[in-house]
Amino acid sequence: MINHLIVGPLLLPLLVGTVIVLNTNQPIARLRILGLSSCLAVLVMAGILLFQSAQGPIQSYVLGDWPTPFGIVMVLDRLSAMMLFITALLALLCLAYAARGTDRQGKNFHALFQFQLLGINGAFLTGDIFNLFVFFEIMLLSSYGLVLHGGGNRRTRAGMHYVMLNLVGSSIFLVGVGILYSLLGTLNMADLAVRMSQAPAENAALLQAAGLILFAVFALKAALLPLCFWLPDAYGFTSAPVAALFAVMTKVGVYVILRVYCLIFSEFAGVGANLLSAWLLPAALITLAAGTAGVAGSRDLRRITAYLVIVSVGTLLAVIGTFQREAIAAAIVYLPHTTLMTAGMFLVADLIQRQRPDAGSGLTPDRPVGQPTLLGLLFLAAAVAIAGLPPLSGFFAKVMMLMTVKDNAGAPWIWGMVLGGGLLTLMALGRAGSVIFWKLLPGDDPETGPENTRDSGPVYALADLFPAAALLAISPLLVLFGGMITEFAFAAADHVINPVHYIEAVLGPDRSLPLLYPSGGE
Amino acid sequence: MEWLVSACFGVMIACGVYLVLRARTFPVILGLTLMGYAVNLFLFLTGRLTTNLPDIISGNQTRYADPLPQALVLTAIVIGFAMIAFVVVLSLRALGELDTDHVDGQQEKPPS
Repeated sequence: MINHLIVGPLLLPLLVGTVIVLNTNQPIARLRILGLSSCLAVLVMAGILLFQSAQGPIQSYVLGDWPTPFGIVMVLDRLSAMMLFITALLALLCLAYAARGTDRQGKNFHALFQFQLLGINGAFLTGDIFNLFVFFEIMLLSSYGLVLHGGGNRRTRAGMHYVMLNLVGSSIFLVGVGILYSLLGTLNMADLAVRMSQAPAENAALLQAAGLILFAVFALKAALLPLCFWLPDAYGFTSAPVAALFAVMTKVGVYVILRVYCLIFSEFAGVGANLLSAWLLPAALITLAAGTAGVAGSRDLRRITAYLVIVSVGTLLAVIGTFQREAIAAAIVYLPHTTLMTAGMFLVADLIQRQRPDAGSGLTPDRPVGQPTLLGLLFLAAAVAIAGLPPLSGFFAKVMMLMTVKDNAGAPWIWGMVLGGGLLTLMALGRAGSVIFWKLLPGDDPETGPENTRDSGPVYALADLFPAAALLAISPLLVLFGGMITEFAFAAADHVINPVHYIEAVLGPDRSLPLLYPSGGE
Repeated sequence: MEWLVSACFGVMIACGVYLVLRARTFPVILGLTLMGYAVNLFLFLTGRLTTNLPDIISGNQTRYADPLPQALVLTAIVIGFAMIAFVVVLSLRALGELDTDHVDGQQEKPPS
């Protein structure tokens, strides 16, 4: 029985996006309803798929019913189902935030948003490495439009770097895929894993080169250190709902690294075995250090949040870089938390920025924001969650990550970096909060100053605050259902770390035997 | 023939990288285009260099031209074309908004 629901999260945004492109001159209220209902439907589908994947085995969906190694497959395992769900949730809330005004700044916002969703969902679902390239390109092309949405010099400048770097990245991706195909004769990721394990030793150098070329591309997507300098400008200058949605785009890079290097270059992969174990952990730790330095050194709340994205990627990949089952499970617990909280911080920063007409999100004294209590509470919740302080989910996820890596040889480094990074993040956010909410310009006290009659930005209604508040409210929920989520994460890590499940789900039973018995014959 | 094609690929990539590093939008676009062409050539080569082989599997032929790289390269050409078109428009807009064709959006300071 084929589960047609798997392609739903791809087809629906594609259809809705096309309809919106053809109707951009309609009143914006209609486009909003269309976009929001599409996001809601994708969320429902992703929820059902998440539930199904938690119960059952890995499912594969063969497009056009072509025989498996030849046709393109979509694969739904627990990790990809979870990523779909996070993306759908985030997209719905970001679009709800954008529908309060951001989407008026350009004509094609809603169409681009749907295509962006298509690209991200496709990258999570596909089981074919060339198809992954295609979905990357769909995702990037829409993101180019979204980064530039609203216009302005700073966005154009940041957009130039972002676009050109990613174009070079796409070329490099194709070279890596080309080498893999010419030596292994397949593009299906499960089939690649089987054939990699049987590859002769004389091809070892080329295959390893292909694997590391691909890693360079994925590292660019995930923003690992030498390739992360585009991120603070691109995320810091674009509009807030777009930046919040992009919090999940770097996680696409993390997901693909996890998927490709646990499947094609797994411990069973013969000449390509454990390709990344020497590289990923150091690269991630340096990224974490650089991101933390950026957080501590920025003088602007939006840029601090952009650097927090780099910190989050560094933390995740450092833990994943140990390639242990428990550590990957802990990273899977941390992933939804860090994605959604960073996105929430982007929205809170924008809410603050709009009520500070002079200083914006910069950390310089200004007149008080219009609704200091509400915004202060939102900022406090976001900061506590991101810095990893006890009542909220960041604390538990970080403790789990640190406990699971404690036997690894790199544990002292991971512990030091994660804890030191957490401390510096806490100090940077504390400083940002005290400058924004307490370090006010003299004479601005409502009782004494005459300036309080000046325009201090819009006053927010509940609908303006709801998306940011909802994102932050997920943090206590992650704690409340922590047991369930941890159980799910361990089950998901089982499927990720052991390529046998994936291969048998895609190619059929017994096809993974060459991996387990590499000498063949017996 | 192998060395000739490899040399073509290498020269195109080298020229592409050089042009991309020029840091002015027009050379950068030319460089990206060249790199795109080189990669397309490379994808085409992944089916191996062969001549006089049938393109369709038939009963009495044991070898045939690999059809998949041709499909891949077609996809890559289309996507590359769209990307280059986008980056051309973006560069024109940047030139209009920032008043410079430097990719950093500001003129380099003249050496003192």
